[in-house]
Amino acid sequence: MLTDFFILMKQELVITVIIFILLLLKIGTDMSNESFINLTNGLLLLNLVAGFVGSQSGTLFDGMFLTNPLIVLEKNILSLGTLIVSLQSADWLKRHDHVSEFYILLLCTLLGMFFMISAGNLLMFYVGLELSSIPMAAMANFDLAKKKSSEAAMKFIISSAFASGLLLFGISLVYGATGTLSFSELSLQITGAPLQIFAFVLLLAGFAFKISVVPFHLWTADVYEGAPVAVTSWLSVISKGSVLFVFVAVLNSVFRSLTDTWYNMLFVLSVLTILIGNLFAIRQNNFKRFLAFSSIAQIGFILVGITGSPNYAITSVVYFVLVYVFSNLAAFGVVALVSAVTGREQVSDYKGFYKTNPVLSWVLTIALFSLAGVPPTAGFFGKFFLLLSGAGKGNYVLIVIAALNMIISFYYYLRIVKAIFMDANEQPIEKLSIPAYPRLAMIICVAGIIVTGLAGYLYDYIYALTYRL
Amino acid sequence: MNYTTYIALIPLLPLAGFVLLGLFGQRHFTRSAGILGTLILLIATLLALYTAYQYFIVTGAVNGAYAAIEPFKYAWLEFSPGMSIDMGILLDPASVMMLVVVTVVSLMVHVFSLGYMKGEERFATYYAFLGLFTFSMLGLVLSTNIFQIYIFWELVGVSSFLLIGFYYDRPAAVAAAKKAFIVTRFADLGFLIGILILAFNSGTLDFGILIQRLTDTQSLQWMQITGTGFLGVSILSWALALVFIGGAGKSAMFPLHIWLPDAMEGPTPVSALIHAATMVVAGVYLVARLYPVYLIEGTILQLITWIGAISAFLAAIIACTQTDIKRVLAYSTISQIGYMLFALGVPAYGDASNTGYTASLFHLFTHAFFKSLLFLGAGSVIHFVHTNEMANMGGLRKLMPLTHFTFLIACMAIAGIPPFAGFFSKEEILLTAWENNKLIYYGALVTSGLTAFYMFRLYFSIFWNKTAPPNHHTDHHGEGNWSMKLPLLILALAAVGVGFIPFAHYVSINGSGSPILIPISFSIPPVLIALVGIGLAYILYYRENDRPQRLATALGGLHKTIKQKFYFDELYLFVTKKIIFNGIAKPAAWIDKHLVDGTMNGLGWVTTRVSVSIKAWQSGRIQSYTLYFFGGIIALAALFIYWWK
Repeated sequence: MLTDFFILMKQELVITVIIFILLLLKIGTDMSNESFINLTNGLLLLNLVAGFVGSQSGTLFDGMFLTNPLIVLEKNILSLGTLIVSLQSADWLKRHDHVSEFYILLLCTLLGMFFMISAGNLLMFYVGLELSSIPMAAMANFDLAKKKSSEAAMKFIISSAFASGLLLFGISLVYGATGTLSFSELSLQITGAPLQIFAFVLLLAGFAFKISVVPFHLWTADVYEGAPVAVTSWLSVISKGSVLFVFVAVLNSVFRSLTDTWYNMLFVLSVLTILIGNLFAIRQNNFKRFLAFSSIAQIGFILVGITGSPNYAITSVVYFVLVYVFSNLAAFGVVALVSAVTGREQVSDYKGFYKTNPVLSWVLTIALFSLAGVPPTAGFFGKFFLLLSGAGKGNYVLIVIAALNMIISFYYYLRIVKAIFMDANEQPIEKLSIPAYPRLAMIICVAGIIVTGLAGYLYDYIYALTYRL
Repeated sequence: MNYTTYIALIPLLPLAGFVLLGLFGQRHFTRSAGILGTLILLIATLLALYTAYQYFIVTGAVNGAYAAIEPFKYAWLEFSPGMSIDMGILLDPASVMMLVVVTVVSLMVHVFSLGYMKGEERFATYYAFLGLFTFSMLGLVLSTNIFQIYIFWELVGVSSFLLIGFYYDRPAAVAAAKKAFIVTRFADLGFLIGILILAFNSGTLDFGILIQRLTDTQSLQWMQITGTGFLGVSILSWALALVFIGGAGKSAMFPLHIWLPDAMEGPTPVSALIHAATMVVAGVYLVARLYPVYLIEGTILQLITWIGAISAFLAAIIACTQTDIKRVLAYSTISQIGYMLFALGVPAYGDASNTGYTASLFHLFTHAFFKSLLFLGAGSVIHFVHTNEMANMGGLRKLMPLTHFTFLIACMAIAGIPPFAGFFSKEEILLTAWENNKLIYYGALVTSGLTAFYMFRLYFSIFWNKTAPPNHHTDHHGEGNWSMKLPLLILALAAVGVGFIPFAHYVSINGSGSPILIPISFSIPPVLIALVGIGLAYILYYRENDRPQRLATALGGLHKTIKQKFYFDELYLFVTKKIIFNGIAKPAAWIDKHLVDGTMNGLGWVTTRVSVSIKAWQSGRIQSYTLYFFGGIIALAALFIYWWK
């Protein structure tokens, strides 16, 4: 029993231990920032490796906590993303006074996500969700000197609280209607009565808020712009990824009997999200805001994938999140570096970027190509599988709208590539040296973009895992 | 026998060479690129020869048949269980034979180019491209999967494009590269559709399974693909015909042959490698790969027979009138590939025995050696006199003794004079034709006379005809250095020797061949006809005289028509420029400009307008954000509870 406990919760336990180590170091020693960062990155790498050792299916605490190879894989993807974000922010953190606090908050949110993914009960899910969002608000405030950063944190915590309140309301309605909160029992109890649908809408809004689905997305751009780049990339990739994993799983397990209803809801929401995300992304001049809105559009595409039949939906979402981790973090990595050194964040600043920084230009270009879904990159396969999954239900209107919007998104992604390579600039961004950690992160991302796209068996592997649920 | 340890190295080594020289060649290996590329290929060639030795001699035939082996296979993209694009290596008699041909000829070309291309500005790039081509071609012949073959097929096309257009500052070379690419690409469209039809109906892309399913008349797939039809022809026939169109494009068969003569704008060693020995026979190889399926669909084989025979004949006639020595060789290549194709097809008229398969691949094998020898010899001559025009040559036998000698051997081989290699393979083809369709046989016989005529016309015009030009810039670079002579010698040995290989014993359709016995009496007419052709050439071209000119005048319009290659190019130009450009492209351009662009611009305008007008949403005020949030919930709930149940 005890060994079960250790094996099934290994990833949560490792994170917890790391958090304690960092806390003790913070209190007990007077470590320099640099060695603290080195140590933490080492521990995160260890955490990633540990995640791949052995994976079992099972439940703990009377069904509160459950795990299986797919969930382990999802957590590993998040661990990988965490490592990349940590490597990328090393340079920024080095000059910061509160390195240890940043890492502790970061790992607390990660721990929350892990519990959320493994939840077998709505309460457990809620606790995990809160654990993953409250420290995030503190992280958003981490550019202590900047007013915008505080504003971002305030906006985030208020809208978060609002979303959580409605989510809790939804959970209590579910309990009122069915008398249980356990996923396995709920899936039998939910029949589609109006009260249940209303409760479901509230839950859906909670999810939609976290992954920025229109019209629950409005906080996104402001928070992304104000928060430090490291936090923005964390929010847009890791946080969204974790909620997506839960979302697609919950839809297909707990609310399976409501499939017809949520299918239509997602249809409406995905069309809205893609359209609005694209329309806003076209106009943005701030690179971070641009990435925020383009990531909203990406979520719309993911919703298209979620509408598919369960196995395909889960597979394509997990695969896409993996691809998205690499692509988006590669883009954010370059933006973070440029913003940290020069403070320039406008898209127009990137004109003539290739002349001064050819390597960074290529990294950014590959990332943008992958985000846009240009064929040899992983992003193409990611989108392809999402649309394929969505097409499985035979709703071609949705697929056509999505495909048309892919073309619009080509426009705004390639607009930046054009600026990088072709436009002339009087004052281009000066030549930047790439420190070791961010360089490593970029190599991982670019390699990931290429390898994930070419290694077709990855998709098959995930697909096989969905059958063992 | 375990091939897995090294077999993948054979294609991967040239790829490594390409990457290495392509990335760093121009900067770091400006001089050593040639040696480096050649050494890499030498290793690959040795491995290929070792593989052939292992396959044919050490392992040998089991129960009288050579097994098809797949040393490794990796499912690259899996669409559904059983339907995947694999990357793998297939060893069977045909592919092992091609493995040897490709590596050996490529090695010879690598060595020859050391001298021929010396001092070129983009020397390293040239070797990088050669590496890419060799990799693609090896990938093509070793494919286990029909989609894999398609991928490499296109890669081969790309590298051919790059090499034809190697002298990118010459407009003619650029135009030729474009033409080759467009024509073959156009044909490849047919190939792709054919693949999709075959894959859809057989449920697999794997050659082995595909052939097994489509030749088993009891199988579900066979009933499906032959049961349905389109325009009165079964789907299987359509698929095979479309696949063949792809092959005909690459193999420059009439009427898709127009790109090959122009492709001679590329460096001459490239012509020897790509446009004589390897890439252009890909079409033959493709038909041979799917031969069991073709065999059950006789009509398509008959079509192939006629296309092959007509190409062989017409190209031979055109070759008689060309004055550019590389173009003569180009048309002769088309003609010889025509032989290979009708040899594959002609059994459909008779007993459908497998002699056609063996004869065709045997001719492919011998042709690769003597034709690349001819091209390299021509390269040597061009290197020497700096022109492609026959009229500016003559009397070179004393000045270039080795080239003269090897060229003569190659001419004898292609003319089918015993005991040179071409004799044996051509006899087998003729015998197959004789046994199955007499008309084709007589056509082939005439063509073989023409072949002897135009080859010796070429030979006499280069090496005899005039007296040696006085002091014709001979002093400074003679016949070329060892790197240009050695390949000629080796290939000449091959052109003599490979005919004696008991080919039928090794390569046959079912893996267990019995030698094709040719009665001596059967060989007499072809050899006689060839001798007549040589005699005619001797009379007309041995010494400088006005007989050829008089003959040309006497034939008048006919000669002109042939010399203008039957106006095929003009016909294509008419169709593309006058009909397609005016009739289709211009209206399409108008629609594109006014309707499509207009709509797109309009859409763009609307998009921007909408984008601006919803800006107010993003006010930055959190109160309004929560309001929208709540509004969203109410709207969704109302919509789905009351209305859209």
